Amino acid sequence: MSPRFTGSKTYVATDDLRLSVNAAITLGRPLLIKGEPGTGKTRLAEEVARGLGMPLLEWHIKSTTKAQQGLYEYDAVSRLRDSQLGDPKVHDIANYIVPGMLWQAFESDTPVVLLIDEIDKADIEFPNDLLRELDRMEFYVYETRQLIRAKQRPLVFITSNNEKDLPDAFLRRCFFHYIRFPDKETMEQIVEVHYPGIKKALLREALEAFFAVREVPGLKKKPSTSELLDWLKLLLAEDIPPEALRTDDRKSIIPPLHGALLKNEQDVHLFERLVFMSRRS
Amino acid sequence: MLSQFFFTLREHQVPVTIPEYLTLLEALKGDVIGPNIDEFYLLARSALVKDETHFDKFDRAFAAFYRGVEAATGPSHEIPLEWLRKQAELNLSAEEKALIESLGGWDELMKRFRERLEEQKERHEGGKKWIGTAGKSPFGAYGFNPEGIRIGQQESRNRSAVKVWDAREFRNLDGDVQLGTRNLKVALRRLRRFAREGAASELDLDSTIDHTARNAGLLDLQLRPERHNAVKVLLLLDIGGSMDEHSRLCSELFSAARAEFRHLEFFYFHNCVYDHVWNDNRRRHGARTATWDLMHRFNADYRLIFVGDATMSPFEILRPGGSLEYMNEDAGADWLQRLTDVYQRSIWLNPTPEENWGYHYTIGVIRDLMGGRMFPLTLDGLERGMRALARKGPLL
Repeated sequence: MSPRFTGSKTYVATDDLRLSVNAAITLGRPLLIKGEPGTGKTRLAEEVARGLGMPLLEWHIKSTTKAQQGLYEYDAVSRLRDSQLGDPKVHDIANYIVPGMLWQAFESDTPVVLLIDEIDKADIEFPNDLLRELDRMEFYVYETRQLIRAKQRPLVFITSNNEKDLPDAFLRRCFFHYIRFPDKETMEQIVEVHYPGIKKALLREALEAFFAVREVPGLKKKPSTSELLDWLKLLLAEDIPPEALRTDDRKSIIPPLHGALLKNEQDVHLFERLVFMSRRS
Repeated sequence: MLSQFFFTLREHQVPVTIPEYLTLLEALKGDVIGPNIDEFYLLARSALVKDETHFDKFDRAFAAFYRGVEAATGPSHEIPLEWLRKQAELNLSAEEKALIESLGGWDELMKRFRERLEEQKERHEGGKKWIGTAGKSPFGAYGFNPEGIRIGQQESRNRSAVKVWDAREFRNLDGDVQLGTRNLKVALRRLRRFAREGAASELDLDSTIDHTARNAGLLDLQLRPERHNAVKVLLLLDIGGSMDEHSRLCSELFSAARAEFRHLEFFYFHNCVYDHVWNDNRRRHGARTATWDLMHRFNADYRLIFVGDATMSPFEILRPGGSLEYMNEDAGADWLQRLTDVYQRSIWLNPTPEENWGYHYTIGVIRDLMGGRMFPLTLDGLERGMRALARKGPLL
């Protein structure tokens, strides 16, 4: 029986998310996670690693990242330099092969959790270059003619912000989960996990205000869970009373410290204009 | 039975493949889930659907399949008609109730509703008729109208009858519907053509080894420029008049294009292209560029993209002097012909929904002039357009 992930004290996992994670664990397939920014995609891998007691290897992808860097890199420049200096190390090419994250994950004696974070940041061909590696969990090092094969299938989590389409061949090999924006009850649980014992009244008012801001039409970036948590932290730090958030007509108030919720100046302008208009009418 | 499920999904145009189906079977064998239809739904979605834009199609397919299973295994769940009726009566005014009676009473209404529901599945959009206004209609319950009554959240005896897939909560994510800047960028990326130019900043290993060897073993580093998207795009935007309602969509396309293409030139026109295009939308007559100059200045490497609704009077395209703004010597059609002759890779993006194209004569005219290369300004249309831009000549 493979280990099961059940959420943790610091992370609220909905039923559907748990099921996807466990299916991916059982079958040893990579799990691709998408969702609005700030809904806890990256946190998931950390929490699963902690929950199952496995080490976590993180590979953060940038626009310049190449698939090869996850396997290994051949440091040609230092070998050239060593050859100039007459260093005896230069005769063995293996001295200049630097293992990447995937290699480390494959070599590990205990199963590890491997997080490939924001895969969509890389070039459009990037996922295709990892097909065989993620499918068969092995790759070939041409320089030393050695085959690196996973001793234990690592648990691979891949997050994407949807900036680029991922190729079908890549998708076929993954399980997929789309983290939806939490509903009110889930959100209360999430807040409870982060700020245990927060005053019920404040939380209720804050959530009302938060969802009202999310409802504002035409926002470029809707505030997400992580913004809500930041905002609550500020509210707690400033000791804002729940009354300050309450109003009969929710449209006619700008919530205090709204800068934590709206991060785009156009959004702030739009929001203030709407509030101003509804006050006048 | 599950292969039936697989084919139901394919019929509903969910892109599932055999390996994914085998994965699902493997997961079922691996006891990932209990004997529970909700868990099966989640597992199947996780294993078979890899893009949230397909979730809605999947939900519909699942509903259809589930209904088939129900029909075969006996009526385990009824649609909570009683509840619906109660709920609707609460919200309806006397007049509306009378209207419902005049339509043949509740049962007739429900029958019609089901028919419409089926019909809706086919066409997916356009269900804005009298169903689902402001959540007062009972039909709102079925998710025709997001503001409508949500049965799924009601504590009803019959709650189990309304399933997650019937709620169709991912409808907004369906690929044909929504376009944001981000999605647009994704679509525009299809037009990438990489080339190395600019400052040399990347180590060129092969060349370094080569030069080092020639240099009698003394290290001689060689650098080369990084690869960049070198595609060149000429964007001509229709501005004003009937385009006003599409302005948001167009500005999103525009900002996505600016971020994606380093070589982007853009000009404006009104309805149809004639002797001049405007450099700046606000100073229409101040800063103009002659279309001849445009064609001389930007060579045939450029890909030409028109954005416009192509909705105007036929005279504006076909007759000299048809322009609304001034007396043009050559007809718009001639200018379009000249432009598409120079720029063999050209498309016309039309923000008008594709199903309405038949209602405007001039859309057909321009489409013919463009050799069929007119695409709707949706994600899907944009992707088709980008593919068409990669090839020369008329569309087959």
